[in-house]
Amino acid sequence: MIAIIDYGVGNLFSLRSSFDAIGAETVITSDPDVIRSADKVLLPGVGAFEDARRKLRLSGLDKVVVEEATAGKRIMGICLGMQMLFERSYEYGEHEGLGLLSGSVIGMQGTLPEDLKIPHIGWNSLSVKSEHPIFKYVKDGDFVYFVHSYYAVDCDNSLLATTDYGKEITAAVASGNVCGTQFHPEKSGEVGLGILRAFAEW
Amino acid sequence: MITKRIIPCLDVRDGRVVKGTNFLNVSDVASPVDLAEIYSREGADELVFYDITASNEGRRLFTDILTFTARKVFIPLTVGGGINTLDDFHRVLTAGADKVSVNSGAIRNPELIGEAAKRYGDQCVVLSVDIKRVDGEFRVFSKGGREDTGMEAISWIRRSVDMGAGEVVVNSIDTDGVKGGFDVELLRLVTEAVKVPVIASGGAGSVEHFIDLFHKVPNIDAGLAASVFHFGEIKIPDLKVALSEAGINVRS
Repeated sequence: MIAIIDYGVGNLFSLRSSFDAIGAETVITSDPDVIRSADKVLLPGVGAFEDARRKLRLSGLDKVVVEEATAGKRIMGICLGMQMLFERSYEYGEHEGLGLLSGSVIGMQGTLPEDLKIPHIGWNSLSVKSEHPIFKYVKDGDFVYFVHSYYAVDCDNSLLATTDYGKEITAAVASGNVCGTQFHPEKSGEVGLGILRAFAEW
Repeated sequence: MITKRIIPCLDVRDGRVVKGTNFLNVSDVASPVDLAEIYSREGADELVFYDITASNEGRRLFTDILTFTARKVFIPLTVGGGINTLDDFHRVLTAGADKVSVNSGAIRNPELIGEAAKRYGDQCVVLSVDIKRVDGEFRVFSKGGREDTGMEAISWIRRSVDMGAGEVVVNSIDTDGVKGGFDVELLRLVTEAVKVPVIASGGAGSVEHFIDLFHKVPNIDAGLAASVFHFGEIKIPDLKVALSEAGINVRS
């Protein structure tokens, strides 16, 4: 059973449908006991870092996620959910992340070539940097769907894949039992379903 | 690098996909769920569903169809048509939409763009504009292209993006349904005016028209079409191959 954490941020419909499509059991929950008893935890998220981080803190679920991750449970963050796994984000100020991965999150504005559109929206290809069970069905050059204006930096020790958007941008990370994707596997067709399947099988 | 997107558009009325010429004549083609699955399998990068129903019953049917589709198709889905309030955003987002496009609803109430962007994020709010040349300027039309609003198009697009629209779909009424190619002149102006992704709509009749679009308007992000895909005049896999051979970066 995979617990998809519901903390009032973003639309979980597609995520649940994707796991349904590959036959993996999920539960959408904000109940700490359900999260503790699940085999794996998925941390979704869209929107602004500060708002999402506050909601996670107010619900007390940030502590549960950190405890479970520290105890060795396999955890995957998607998009903003991945960004929250890092130590801090500089989206409108400076905000503390969950600190499960070392590195921070910065904005594209001012750090990418001027002519690039922000947000980075669309299909871009993966450059695979290391091996990991969640990437067992992924081939170098596979296309996935991105929607974001911020990205993770200083995370070389967990870098799983990058994508080229004016420069190399962190696309996926993994360290021990904690992993995450900046792109949306639930919107990335067969390649994305393969990543979710690999997470379910991990 | 990021790829250029190919987007089939499904106009849905009373549970069926329809496609009009110059927004007037309408003919029925197929089940939206089936068509969406086929397009996804063939390599469409994204899908747009427009609800062109007028009745409440039709609206419920549309929402159901959206949900069925979102359970089976795992590429981004944009939904438009009849989006006038934040409740409409909520209705389609919980039914499975990823992005919501606003048109006449935003013309009537421009605050809708900012309010929706604040609640759901800029990436969720797509401005769709129907544009026609009138007296030597590009004019915004509302109500499915029937009513001249008197507004100049480029300034309306700029203003909408400033308020929080994260993407713009430009429908040229002059080229729509004519199958003579996209409106390159208009699309160039729009891509020069805003920094968010711009999607070209109206005029696709052949593979060459897509190649022309991406060559002549290098900053355009996507090409959208309906009938040429629905009636099989252009097969998406063939289109992707042709674009790639023409040096345009697409998802294979």
